[in-house]
Amino acid sequence: MRVILHGTRGAYPTSSIENQKYGGNTSCIEIIDGDQRLIVDAGTGILGIDFDQHYTSDRIDILLTHLHLDHIQGLGFCKPLFEPDKEVHLWGPGGSTNSLQSRLNRFLSPPLFPVVLRDIPCNLQIHELPNTTFSLGRFNITSEFISHPGPTVGFRIQNGSKTLTYIPDHEPVLGRAHLYKEDEWVSGLGLAMRTNLLIHDSQYSKKEYGDKVGWGHSSLEMAAEYSARAHADHLILFHHNPAHSDDFRTQMFDTFMEKHNYDFPIELAVQGQEIEL
Amino acid sequence: MSGHTIEIILSRQLADCLTVPVFIVDPQGTLLFYNVPAEEILGQRFQDSGPMPVGRWSTLFYPLDEDGNHLPAGELPLVKTLNNQEPAHKSFWIKSLSGKTTKISVTSIPIIGRSKEFTGAIAIFWDNERRI
Repeated sequence: MRVILHGTRGAYPTSSIENQKYGGNTSCIEIIDGDQRLIVDAGTGILGIDFDQHYTSDRIDILLTHLHLDHIQGLGFCKPLFEPDKEVHLWGPGGSTNSLQSRLNRFLSPPLFPVVLRDIPCNLQIHELPNTTFSLGRFNITSEFISHPGPTVGFRIQNGSKTLTYIPDHEPVLGRAHLYKEDEWVSGLGLAMRTNLLIHDSQYSKKEYGDKVGWGHSSLEMAAEYSARAHADHLILFHHNPAHSDDFRTQMFDTFMEKHNYDFPIELAVQGQEIEL
Repeated sequence: MSGHTIEIILSRQLADCLTVPVFIVDPQGTLLFYNVPAEEILGQRFQDSGPMPVGRWSTLFYPLDEDGNHLPAGELPLVKTLNNQEPAHKSFWIKSLSGKTTKISVTSIPIIGRSKEFTGAIAIFWDNERRI
């Protein structure tokens, strides 16, 4: 299984020269096993995917963790949606009252977007995800609601003997310095348990988090503690704050690493990065 | 591992922040969590007891009606909510193992998350004789 990080930025895309190192596109990753591919989240990173070259089959599957704009902003410009011979399957969390389709409609309709969802030319199939496990080809996928404002799921994706866990927006505990000591009380921990690769929210510094409790994101410290509790093999810190320059982000990470000694690799996500599992 | 659903986890986080006693139970009635104010009712600390089956926690206090008669379990709001998955409310008396009798009001609501599954219930206690 190969993972490509097409978009690593949180909140909004940035083209600033100060954000070129880790990339300016918002959340999107691609998971590849031979001729099978999955796209997870449709931030502006999805626009970096070469659909003509890599998606020769008629079917494309896109998993959405949630519908905050930085995770769907690329959807309206995603080429296969405008090709009548393509079958695009969108998988995302249902809401308490409104369906996934009606919530997507709010974005893909005027005045925010010129084309309404029903007029998208491709054969669009929308699937609501509860807490469930399902298969797409050789990928076995578990989705589970996790702690983030609005309906939001995390994904655990298994391919053969390898697993990837993707929780790009997550506040596993609100306003506490540490996770609850009992595993069953930690949001989404089952998704991440003993995973080979954990891609996790790390938007804030520990100090910043103090002013952003309830906003749905993690500090570097919380992401690392979460990864350690899950016994993940490898942590990639994701969802970089676009208000931070890359130099600031690097400095924040270096300071964090100097103070902590975890027994698994931790690195900052880089747009375009490929990881082989 | 089998963790709690997010609505149960967030209920605990809310309970942690409240000054009124709160119980959180699963659909079988197992007491998954009670906050510090609720420890006074049960005479136990959550960090010591951990989760408790209904057969245990229901013996830690005695519910009484206004005449001092034992209140059947089926009359308790939390039990009603577990049985019919609907909110319930009742005022009654409880007698703790220490012999102290207190009039309380209990409101319980079912916990049904976005997966539309009944994953438990939360009960909030109000001590009618003093502001907690």
